[in-house]
Amino acid sequence: MKALRKYLDKIKPKFEEGGKLHAFRSVFDGFETFLFTPRTTSTSGVHIHDSNDSKRTMIIVVMALMPCLLFGMYNAGYQHWLAIGASSFPFWSLMLYGFLAILPTIVVSYVVGLGIEFVVAQWRGEEIQEGFLVTGMLIPLICPIDTPLWMIAVATAFAVIFAKEVFGGTGYNIFNVALVARAFLFFAYPAKMSGDKVFVAHDTILGLGDSAIADGITCATPLGQIATHAGDAAPVVTDLSGSAISTFDAFIGLIPGSFGETSTLCILIGAAILLFTGVANWRVILSVFVGGAAMASLSYALQTPTYPASMINPLDQLLLGGFAFAAVFMATDPVTGARTHTGQYIYGFLIGVLAILIRVYNTGYPEGAMLAILLMNAFAPLIDYCVVQSNIRRRLRRANVKK
Amino acid sequence: MAEKVTNKSVLFNPFSKNNPVVVQILGICSVLAVTAKLEPALVMGISVIAVLAFSNVVISLLRNTIPTNIRIIVQLVVVAGLVVIVDQLLKAYAYEVSLQLSVFIGLIITNCILMGRLEAFAMANKPWPSFLDGVGNGAGYAIILIIVGFFRELLGSGTLLGYQVIPQWCYDHGYVNNGLMILPPMALITVACIIWVHRSINKDLQED
Repeated sequence: MKALRKYLDKIKPKFEEGGKLHAFRSVFDGFETFLFTPRTTSTSGVHIHDSNDSKRTMIIVVMALMPCLLFGMYNAGYQHWLAIGASSFPFWSLMLYGFLAILPTIVVSYVVGLGIEFVVAQWRGEEIQEGFLVTGMLIPLICPIDTPLWMIAVATAFAVIFAKEVFGGTGYNIFNVALVARAFLFFAYPAKMSGDKVFVAHDTILGLGDSAIADGITCATPLGQIATHAGDAAPVVTDLSGSAISTFDAFIGLIPGSFGETSTLCILIGAAILLFTGVANWRVILSVFVGGAAMASLSYALQTPTYPASMINPLDQLLLGGFAFAAVFMATDPVTGARTHTGQYIYGFLIGVLAILIRVYNTGYPEGAMLAILLMNAFAPLIDYCVVQSNIRRRLRRANVKK
Repeated sequence: MAEKVTNKSVLFNPFSKNNPVVVQILGICSVLAVTAKLEPALVMGISVIAVLAFSNVVISLLRNTIPTNIRIIVQLVVVAGLVVIVDQLLKAYAYEVSLQLSVFIGLIITNCILMGRLEAFAMANKPWPSFLDGVGNGAGYAIILIIVGFFRELLGSGTLLGYQVIPQWCYDHGYVNNGLMILPPMALITVACIIWVHRSINKDLQED
């Protein structure tokens, strides 16, 4: 650590005013403050002293994503082993397979996203913002494992440029950047984003696994199976080996799905970290689940074979698909969400309602969490405006009464 | 406009500095609707040039005899007549394209660029400058249409004017056409990119 500090101090003059590499000061600043706490903070006066800057906030979110990431690796291996009809499941082989399967996606997402951020910051002569640390981790976690790398690159570039940089960079974006990337993939390459081929890795990686998928295996996600279900009986979702997925399986998460979103257990561990450190807002998380449960109960009460997803019991609705992941890691994004307390309840509740509404009543989209959050992102400022205005009106009325 | 109005400026200003689409933001609806492929975009562009040029001339010839309080109706009648002619010509000689353009040829009547030019230029100028103004504005509109159509067809379908441009080799190695490009939202983003580039080049158009 000391050697690194010394090295940074040694090369620092080159990046200061008049130095040879002055043009690259934002890159240097970015790396320096990423590695060490900046020394330029004030130490006296009336400022609030807190080391919880946005870099630390971002790192906490990334750490909260780790359980999902690790579980996703195991699950990716597990699903592949199931798909090739293996009889034994060696833990480390599964982990290694999953690791090798996701690593290129993470690298591509970070290199493309951070590359654009660095170039833009350099171009505008601004400091490098750290917002992409979380986005770069979220994008691999919410995409199917078999998404081609160039698609990840195109979607990341599109999302960073059009959802973030054109609005002014980190903290000014209207829409959640990771979800814009996901939505871009969903609408641009629908064949690679849905169906029964993409959610389970199909290839051999460094000699691990097998590229031949066993006969008669369908790799559809539970929600995919439900969406294509026909008949009057309630749909029974099965895993790759053909056995039914119970509520408990859906909670643990050894089911096919996007990389990091299958395990509600790991998502809850992440939620605990976020809530304990005060990074995420409990009002949003709670109200998303309440809204989802309310809509799921309503659709369950009004179930009809026309919409097979309405025959799923409300608890399973909340556990399957990306709902829990979206509630904990996407809806709580402080930049794109509502900021007033009352607004956060309304915002979260409507996300929950819309996610289940889209999932159940629009058979074209097996999962609605992504679209629900993007839609509510657009309405968040309006919700805040109404809450603030009604507060002002109430207080004005109170003031008049006292007069 | 402070600068001197010459025939040349009337013809060429709408190409860039005073482009009806990217500067005045008119006619966006049809830009979104007809540019999924290059061919309909091209035909639409030519149709608008023709209708705009000749309606400008007709209105300019009539400009001293039209009573002010019914001038919009007269303009609409002239445009509608020309649009019907263009529509029939397309149906006769380019039936496939006219099917793709469907209602949007008819909707040239409601294109803001037409009413704008008739009101702002043809009602106050002689026929020859009006003709040039119509051709210029129509061409300015057509240029944007063609740029948007070019990128949307290339990235969305891998073809240009129906001919395969992106080689099969790319598809064999995993390239997939971008389905979002075919959808109207992407036309809006493409137009936004054109405006972005255009304003970056012409700094005097940037508003704070």
